[in-house]
Amino acid sequence: MHGLRSILTTLGIVFGVCSVIAMLAIGEGASREAQAQIAQLGSQNIIIKTVKPPEGQEASGQGNTSLVYGLTYEDAERFRNTIPDVEVIVPIRRLNQTAWYRNRKAAVEVIGTVPWHPEIAPIRLVSGRFLSSVDLNHQQSVCVIDELLMQSLFVLDDPLGQDLKIAGQYYRVIGIVSSPGPVEVNPGFGSNGSSANSNGGGVVGNVYIPLTSVKGRFGETVVQFNGSNQQIEKVELQEITIKVKSTDRVMATRDILEGLLDRSHKKKDYQVILPLELLRQAARTKRIFSIVLGSIAAISLLVGGIGIMNIMLATVSERTREIGIRRALGAKRRDIIVQFLSETVMLALTGGILGMILGSLIPFLVTYFSKMPTVVTANSLVLSFGISGAIGIVFGLYPAYRAAHMDPIESLRHE
Amino acid sequence: MSIVSLEQLCKTYEVGAFSVPALQGMDLTIQGGQYIAIMGPSGSGKSTLLNLLGCLDRPTQGRYWLGDQDVSTLDDNALSMIRGARIGFIFQSYNLIAQLNVIENIEVPMFYQGMSESKSEKRARELAEMVGLADRVRHKPSELSGGQQQRVAIARALANDPLIILADEPTGNLDTRSGSEILSLLDRLNRQGKTLIVVTHDEHVAARAERVIHLLDGRIDREERNGRRPQQNEGQG
Repeated sequence: MHGLRSILTTLGIVFGVCSVIAMLAIGEGASREAQAQIAQLGSQNIIIKTVKPPEGQEASGQGNTSLVYGLTYEDAERFRNTIPDVEVIVPIRRLNQTAWYRNRKAAVEVIGTVPWHPEIAPIRLVSGRFLSSVDLNHQQSVCVIDELLMQSLFVLDDPLGQDLKIAGQYYRVIGIVSSPGPVEVNPGFGSNGSSANSNGGGVVGNVYIPLTSVKGRFGETVVQFNGSNQQIEKVELQEITIKVKSTDRVMATRDILEGLLDRSHKKKDYQVILPLELLRQAARTKRIFSIVLGSIAAISLLVGGIGIMNIMLATVSERTREIGIRRALGAKRRDIIVQFLSETVMLALTGGILGMILGSLIPFLVTYFSKMPTVVTANSLVLSFGISGAIGIVFGLYPAYRAAHMDPIESLRHE
Repeated sequence: MSIVSLEQLCKTYEVGAFSVPALQGMDLTIQGGQYIAIMGPSGSGKSTLLNLLGCLDRPTQGRYWLGDQDVSTLDDNALSMIRGARIGFIFQSYNLIAQLNVIENIEVPMFYQGMSESKSEKRARELAEMVGLADRVRHKPSELSGGQQQRVAIARALANDPLIILADEPTGNLDTRSGSEILSLLDRLNRQGKTLIVVTHDEHVAARAERVIHLLDGRIDREERNGRRPQQNEGQG
């Protein structure tokens, strides 16, 4: 067969296969990343965050305004007493502070929490120990730092036993934990890529301090000055995370929680986040994405197949004489069909393989240049190869049939 | 036993609303090893007879016995097998396959009979040598002269050791000298016992045959017998 013509014929298949594999890879990469990030939040967890309520409840204008909102210790108690199926409840207080070690400083997020915090967060103990109930009960001035902070603040020194100074108070470092991945789900948006920090500022790492100590040292009131006005906000807890005993109880528990919160809070100053639900949504999104992709790919492969059929019909026509000769020499119709069908399948498979190579290269380039993760799955490769072969057979059948059923006598007279 | 036996063979073509009787009740017997020439003006039914003898077409009526088999009513698959196994074709315009070289061209009929690659290649080489083309086995048809191409066609026709060789104007596209070489080659084949049936309008070609059958309007008009060199199986004056 003519070389250039063969290449042009298979272009449709090449592009079709290439785009399927590349797009699926990009989609798979994005989906896996999203799911991994969400999974880090814990599919058994229910995360309740304090949210500043919408305006309208305060007196505006001059003078001082004071606002109390958000989750409270009472809420946490109520949950503990009322809700079944709960494994742990972790109340959390977050603040942004500056931490000093000797003469070095770093912006940190102080996380006031309880000893069983690691059960709801993807952190693990690297050395030392985590906060204990004793620390909690006695409001000890101790802290646990994460690896990122250790690297930037302590560098080569061993942090254990050293003191961190935060807001004029010293906290002895008693443990080091791993840093959670770049996760924090922003309400209503999805994950952002910054390091673990709900406020999104340029925080270097986390410092875990007993909740009681945070309450004692930092209080719960934040004062802001706007010109001559004072704005006072009081928030007890930024977050309560509840780990449910099993994932099938998550939805039901969420409903109970929302009922409780609704009754006890006058305003909507909280938000309930269900990682499980987010995961399911992500899976649903991926399914839709795959269906859309699949349809586009199907159309392009269809076009490619029609192109092949077109060319093969022309080829059969050009080789009418040859077909007549072969028939005269003893070829049965079946032999002619096999001859032309295998040519078509070879063309289609070659296009498929070329498409597979290109389709694997493109995600690689995408990841290299844009840092977006991509995953070329074995499934997509096998599927594409199989479909190319199928296209070759389906669209090669008619031309081969035409070739086989030409009248030998007519064919011999041709041209 | 005769190699070819035609009994009241008829072929009628339907053209639109008309029926065109191309062959009308032909009777013919050919013995093994005979050299037959078929002549006649256009429209006499030469091509139709050739197509029927070559099992490229089926008769409308009558019987065609090829060897010990009645091939008059076989289906397409069976006819294809017969063509491949029992008939060797030689065409006026050689009809070699351009993309294949000499050896591969000769192998084609053997391939369709399911012969193994090694066996068919060996036999193809022997045949190429027999027709004098041993030194050109890798050439493509475009690299051969007309006479050489026709010799490849002859070798190909012999590939499956057929019962009959059917030639349609074998020297029609050749100059006198090449044509003469081809006719000598055909003579040689006949001396070795091959049954030859040649359709021609060239009297010099027909002169080589021992029986010349003249067709007219779809029937046998007359038959001439040539004096020929005495042969092994059929010596006749």
